[in-house]
Amino acid sequence: MRVFDLATTPLRELNSALHTVAPGANDTSFEVVNPRGSHSVAVGIDKPVTVEVKGSVGYYCAGMNDGGTITVHGSAGPGVAENMMSGTVVIEGDASQYAGATGRGGLLVIKGNAASRCGISMKGIDIVVHGSIGHMSAFMGQSGHLVVLGDAGDALGDSLYEAKLFVRGTVKSLGADCVQKEMKPKHLKLLAELLEKAGATDVKPEEFKRYGSARKLYNFNIDNADAY
Amino acid sequence: MSYHNPFTPPRKSATFDDYTLAEIRRAAATGIYDIRGAGTKRKVPHFDDLLFLGASISRYPLEGYREKCDTTVTLGTRFAKKPITLRTPITIAGMSFGALSGNAKEALGRGATLAGTSTTTGDGGMTDEERGHSQTLVYQYLPSRYGMNPKDLRRADAIEVVVGQGAKPGGGGMLLGQKISDRVANMRNLPKGIDQRSACRHPDWTGPDDLEIKILELREITDWEKPIYIKVGGARPYYDTALAVKAGADVVVLDGMQGGTAATQDVFIENVGMPTLACIRPAVQALQDLGMHRKVQLIVSGGIRSGADVAKALALGADAVAIGTAALVAIGDNDPKWESEYQALGTTAGAYDDWHEGKDPAGITTQDPELAKRLDPVAAGRRLANYLKVMTLEAQTIARACGKNHLHNLEPEDLCALTLEAAAMAQIPLAGTGWYPGKGGF
Ligand SMILES: Cc1cc2nc3c(=O)[nH]c(=O)nc-3n(C[C@H](O)[C@H](O)[C@H](O)COP(=O)(O)O)c2cc1C
Repeated sequence: MRVFDLATTPLRELNSALHTVAPGANDTSFEVVNPRGSHSVAVGIDKPVTVEVKGSVGYYCAGMNDGGTITVHGSAGPGVAENMMSGTVVIEGDASQYAGATGRGGLLVIKGNAASRCGISMKGIDIVVHGSIGHMSAFMGQSGHLVVLGDAGDALGDSLYEAKLFVRGTVKSLGADCVQKEMKPKHLKLLAELLEKAGATDVKPEEFKRYGSARKLYNFNIDNADAY
Repeated sequence: MSYHNPFTPPRKSATFDDYTLAEIRRAAATGIYDIRGAGTKRKVPHFDDLLFLGASISRYPLEGYREKCDTTVTLGTRFAKKPITLRTPITIAGMSFGALSGNAKEALGRGATLAGTSTTTGDGGMTDEERGHSQTLVYQYLPSRYGMNPKDLRRADAIEVVVGQGAKPGGGGMLLGQKISDRVANMRNLPKGIDQRSACRHPDWTGPDDLEIKILELREITDWEKPIYIKVGGARPYYDTALAVKAGADVVVLDGMQGGTAATQDVFIENVGMPTLACIRPAVQALQDLGMHRKVQLIVSGGIRSGADVAKALALGADAVAIGTAALVAIGDNDPKWESEYQALGTTAGAYDDWHEGKDPAGITTQDPELAKRLDPVAAGRRLANYLKVMTLEAQTIARACGKNHLHNLEPEDLCALTLEAAAMAQIPLAGTGWYPGKGGF
């Protein structure tokens, strides 16, 4: 295992080492100590490496991750795992705004709460938040799943496309074109799998409500102008 | 004896002219604002309002075909490990696959490559054909992030963070359902046939301080290899340029209000943003104030049509220009040879701008495979290369006449203005005087 101390080592060395892991290399585990809120920690990973970050990080940690497993033993700043392609990102603490923004694949688990715009413009990522999420979450969400064990803030799923949202607690308000939908057996099954993957073993899928797009804004109609 | 009033001809209002009246009726009948492609159609002060002075006793010219007038430009020298060098300072602006057909994108790539310049992706991502046919390809990083992925980021030659577009500073994108083929839908992770709204603001940053961190992320992901451009619409060019420099840009792309668009509300195209002519000097001033002129390169776009426009933009301080509309015309857009089909669509060659409807007779702004087939990408690419070469030669002709051995040596002192407006906006003396509005003297 290679250890990078960000108190003494430039960020560039860490990311460069992550990008130059040879395919099939034996040593694929990394540890980052003293991240001290650094931005862009472990971004652009494109191999199945594991990174343990011992502390809190700034913006865009694990950005564009493609196949790596990154665990932050602390909290994460804005845009954690933005545009993730595949792999797993786990935040033991809380996450700031835009967690998982535009993510296309992989799993983002936030053990604490996530701030506003969690899953904004999501395009296939699965996000599981053990706590609550802030306003405008899943705005323009295109596909993927957002699972929230706690509550959701205002305007959940505004202008939603095909992303599926599951909330266990209360939803302060739904955004334009987002509606509650029936929870069918296939959804319960899917939710059970996601909860298991995210280590949320003390809750049952039946406790959640499902939300999705009413699909009324899919083609422009002047009578819906207020909702655009 | 009866009395007749003297005849007065019917008088139409200048305010409520025929076009305005027709637009009111159209809005009342359809209940929807007018969406269209292309740039502003109103007349605004432009490069036509500037002239070059040429050489005289105090400045001697260079011999037309004998003495060298260099046209190369290198972009991304500030931070990128791999800056890009182009043989001509005329680049092809970002236009999306989705708005344009695959053949049109291929033609742009081929033409740009033949002429030794770059082409740019657009909203919707990078296609293999485009990458394959473009020697130097700039990859746009847009608010929608449609098609964004790290593999394409790494196979790009430069990255352009799009903050705004001259046709619609502050506006997002729009691709209507008619143009969403299976391939376009798949690239954008959306169902087929629905209207695609592209956000007007990036999903994971707001403001210059965030942008700086975003750029750091993009550089770290691509190991500091790629030049990073920031594209802004012509709104507040002094501050936007200064903030882009502060955020760490290698290149600033500044798009004035004449800039084309694939589809935007007409009211937006015609009423928001500043003319290209008015944007250049403030941007150059910002670079000079920061000691960054020529270190951070400035690419200007919006209504560039000829080598004269190129030379004027460069004389005002730009390092390069970008063309959108003119490139489309060069490959065949609005060609009178399709006149009968334009008429069938209720328009005429030269005025066709319903690019969002996907029915383009020239096969350029469409996803209809039958229409798209009309454009031969090889021949169209050749036309674009010819056009780029002509423009380059025109700019060189002017530069030599001004005694310059590189296009970048053109300077404001080589110009005079024909109108007070142009003099004020470009800070160029009115012809025959040493004065422009805002400057003291005679
Ligand atoms: C058909 C079309 C599609 C465009 N698509 C994009 C785009 O995806 N992203 C972008 O930043 N600008 C886009 N633009 C704007 C151009 O990049 C450029 O700013 C503009 O065309 C320059 O002005 P000009 O058309 O007068 O040359 C588009 C323009 C056109 C004409």
